[in-house]
Amino acid sequence: MLDAAEVTPAELPTQGWHEKDLLDTDTMTRDDIMLVMQSAEAMAEVRSRPQRKVATLRGRTIVTLFYEQSTRTRASFEVAGKSLGADVVNITASGSSVGKGESLIDTVRTLEAIGADALILRHHRSGAPYLAARHTSASVINGGDGTHAHPTQALLDLFTMRRHLGDVTGRKVVIVGDVLHSRVARSNLWTLVALGAHVVLCGPATLVPRTLAGGHFEQGSCEVTTDFDAAIAGADVVMALRMQKERQEHGLIPSLREYINGYQVTSQRLQRAAPGALVMHPGPMNEGIEIAPEVAHGLRSVVEEQVANGVAVRMAILYLLIAGRHG
Amino acid sequence: MSERILLRGAQVFEPGDGLSDRPLDVLMADGVVAEVGVGLTGDNAHVIDAAGCIAAPGFVDLHTHLREPGFEQKGTIATETLAALRGGFTTVCAMPNTEPAPDSAPVVESLLERIARDARVRVLPIGCVTRGRAGKSLAELSELAAAGCVAFSDDGNPVADARLMRHALELTGALGLPLSEHSDDPVLNAGGSMNEGRVSERLGLPGQPGAAEIAAIARNIALCEATGGRLHIAHISTARGVELIAEAKSRGLPVTCEVTPSHLLLTEDAVAGDGAEPLYDTNARVNPPLRTEADRRALLRGLEAGVIDAIATDHAPHAIEDKECEFDDAAPGISVLDTALGTLLLLVERGELQLETVLRRLTAGPAQAFNLDARMPGVGTLRRGVAGDVVLFDGAARWTVEVARMHSKGKNTPLLGRELVGDVAAVILGGSLVFERGQVHA
Repeated sequence: MLDAAEVTPAELPTQGWHEKDLLDTDTMTRDDIMLVMQSAEAMAEVRSRPQRKVATLRGRTIVTLFYEQSTRTRASFEVAGKSLGADVVNITASGSSVGKGESLIDTVRTLEAIGADALILRHHRSGAPYLAARHTSASVINGGDGTHAHPTQALLDLFTMRRHLGDVTGRKVVIVGDVLHSRVARSNLWTLVALGAHVVLCGPATLVPRTLAGGHFEQGSCEVTTDFDAAIAGADVVMALRMQKERQEHGLIPSLREYINGYQVTSQRLQRAAPGALVMHPGPMNEGIEIAPEVAHGLRSVVEEQVANGVAVRMAILYLLIAGRHG
Repeated sequence: MSERILLRGAQVFEPGDGLSDRPLDVLMADGVVAEVGVGLTGDNAHVIDAAGCIAAPGFVDLHTHLREPGFEQKGTIATETLAALRGGFTTVCAMPNTEPAPDSAPVVESLLERIARDARVRVLPIGCVTRGRAGKSLAELSELAAAGCVAFSDDGNPVADARLMRHALELTGALGLPLSEHSDDPVLNAGGSMNEGRVSERLGLPGQPGAAEIAAIARNIALCEATGGRLHIAHISTARGVELIAEAKSRGLPVTCEVTPSHLLLTEDAVAGDGAEPLYDTNARVNPPLRTEADRRALLRGLEAGVIDAIATDHAPHAIEDKECEFDDAAPGISVLDTALGTLLLLVERGELQLETVLRRLTAGPAQAFNLDARMPGVGTLRRGVAGDVVLFDGAARWTVEVARMHSKGKNTPLLGRELVGDVAAVILGGSLVFERGQVHA
């Protein structure tokens, strides 16, 4: 038997988390975000132990419910749940009653009846986790919905940035690619702006939002540009987004070749970024399209760290929602 | 019909005269308006105390989805015409998106049999422009007209092929009947589920740009001018669309248009809701989508200016499962008949519309747009000796929209929980009292 000191993470924040669900980062306050960051630090410490597992959520049940394919998000949540001692059940749309036409609401109610404490939902429709959250008392965590939000990715991205840069206030973060259809870009925008970063959204005119930058941000700021070579100057972080080949088929870009010429993150372009700038990518990468292979695996790349940090951040979120909730 | 009804002491709206400045009595006899005046005597009449109420011609809706035949889980002729009656509408034009669709005379004849059996108000069928509403080949338009169709439309399917639309306008123009067109570019809109703009970008929902409606209206006006056909633009939603129609009318083109109460009250923000967390309210999904505040204000102005001829409900009842799902999977459409008057009088209370404008665009406006007077003399008016359809409503009553208060089978409205203004007190149809507060007369 492990003793009590060994079965809980050290230095977990004592202040409370109040929300049942984590659906996006847009309603999170700076304090909420920092609570996740502090909790994730404690979880990272657990992950560094020889015995990388604690019993904080022993007896709790976590269900991953994925309507879209995923490698890293699903595996990351599964490892996070198991590292906290929870039972983790994985459900995919193709191997479940979803394929028989069961509605999302009925599926969620069924999983609650089975005893799920938390549901991690990945869905191809924007807003689906909101629908799910309204129909269950279990905690719902948005594991990516359509072209809307991916809050745990944004939080792990922030955690990774903070480990290298410290406070992100005043830092320039360039997010480049298909911003318009990117749930990663949207959720990152809210966390980064809340913490005072300067966010530049960059891509071809057909793939950048027209109105998001116009919002009145209290602390940070956001701008939109189609000129990547200008945007990358002095950047502290360059985050490349996955370029889906169907965007060319639908006429949103004339060719991948033209896209690569204008927007690929290359070592040559990176020379104009700030010294020590980080290169990030939410994965899965199309090497040779949005990111040059030598950059993807180069010294400035923190892509694998993002994946590793994802486990700690998701442990923190599971802990806060299931065990750390007050009021 | 020997029934005599006396409405005593109502403020009376007659489109020719406007709203009366003092209480009047309205006497119905022999199925028509017999007399409007002061101190009428109601010998042997059923007297209704109408003090504090407004009497107007029964409302005319140019755009109703009754769902029958084919989609009875959403609504039936019986349920939806009851909702119409309780909402003050005595005439509704039934859109042809049924299964089968009324694209041939036998289907219309069968529909008219069902209407004769089940309808609680007058129902006028709208025939298809193309076979099966598929946009490939024209329906037999003259036979549809002969069978009783008052207008033509492919409803939610715009006639995308400009050549086919041209010929449709030539043929319907020769018949003297309007073609009601959902003016939209389906390619530009493909996959969209709400207005493209600030809210769609925030919610990550695929957008329907206003340009899709504007471009289609411009095309349809050009085809109207080329053919002389009577073009009716269904449920206009954009500010620029209103300008295009104003310009077409100023040149004397036979163009009319309608707007829905939903687009007059709500904007794209209804999809996200009022809270910090987005609602993704599927009940606010409608086609054309709820637009911006600038568009809404232009629609209000267009209605006041007479550019917009009619308020039409686009009443679209849906079953629960059509709406309790992911936003992009939800069926577009709002159930409106129960809430139309309440919505419009709320806008009057807010000072955004004139009461007379509302009443005119619910009565004479639509009747003239579809030239219904030729078929039903006096419809949309309280002219003596002709029209026998009257709605009496309390313009000050306040009520909260609840599922239990809706007569439509479709409870799909983004107004659930909202307080509206104005309640129908009585409805007279063809001179017969068919509804009086608290009871529906068989």
